[in-house]
Amino acid sequence: MIFLTLGTQLPFDRLVRALDEVSTSLSEPVFGQIGHAKYRPGNFESVKFLSPQEFDAHCTAARVIVGHAGIGTILTGMELHKPVVLMARQAALGEHRNNHQLATVAQLSRISGIHVVDDAKSLREALADPELAPITMESSPARDQLVASLRQEITGHAY
Amino acid sequence: MTDRKHRILAVSSSGGHWKQLMLLSDAFEGSEVWFACTDARQGIRYELANFVAIEDYSQDEPLKMLKGLYGTFRILRRIRPDVVLSTGAAPGLLCLLWGRVFGARTIWVDSIANSEGLSLSGRLAQRIAHLVLTQWEHLATETGAQYRGSII
Repeated sequence: MIFLTLGTQLPFDRLVRALDEVSTSLSEPVFGQIGHAKYRPGNFESVKFLSPQEFDAHCTAARVIVGHAGIGTILTGMELHKPVVLMARQAALGEHRNNHQLATVAQLSRISGIHVVDDAKSLREALADPELAPITMESSPARDQLVASLRQEITGHAY
Repeated sequence: MTDRKHRILAVSSSGGHWKQLMLLSDAFEGSEVWFACTDARQGIRYELANFVAIEDYSQDEPLKMLKGLYGTFRILRRIRPDVVLSTGAAPGLLCLLWGRVFGARTIWVDSIANSEGLSLSGRLAQRIAHLVLTQWEHLATETGAQYRGSII
């Protein structure tokens, strides 16, 4: 199953439309949490919002998670060791207030298992790969460093 | 000086901000921690003993923020934390503001999503918080925020 998730704040019709176009050529079902999207996909089932539990269940069941370049999507893929396919929202297309998702994608695309697409063609290529690589980063020295520093900030001061 | 544990208020909006807060929660070990999130369901999902739900709003919604100012005041007055820590966004910022007023140590960890510059909330947090961290090394020099690691 391919699971599309779009966050809960802003619509992202470009990605819904691209996946709608691609889904007819896929041999597996697609399900989408499409939020405030105005475009209604005709070729796969979708809902506006899922509860956190339903969301987790869909992510767990999915072979591939497709989403906007929101950090929530990336972290979910990381936790569940799934391949994550991302399209960045662009401010010029009215998809976000600024272009921070483009910068995020530029830096995160170096992480194995994060697959960046920008149109239906590249989305189709990613989803057609039966062995699309999952995110493999389990532990992170940078996270350990941050946690240790915060712990010191929290307990190391006199009140 | 009492021997009670440090009391922390760890607050964020739902979604990515909240996930990042959860990834940092090992830092709260040994402290009495209160979590606050704009998604009321997260308390059950993560089985959090001390959890409060807060209203959701962004900087684009001044009226809601004004209401949020009162909501976060009540929470801070009730919990009286020694430390307030937030990963974003607007509701977390207001908690830092009241934390500062009530004499808490205030820490802002800007979201990993902001790789180009600090978020608007993060920039405002620089006027309020004792400590503002960015999760991107290259932003530390540009923005005046400190880099001390990142969640990934």
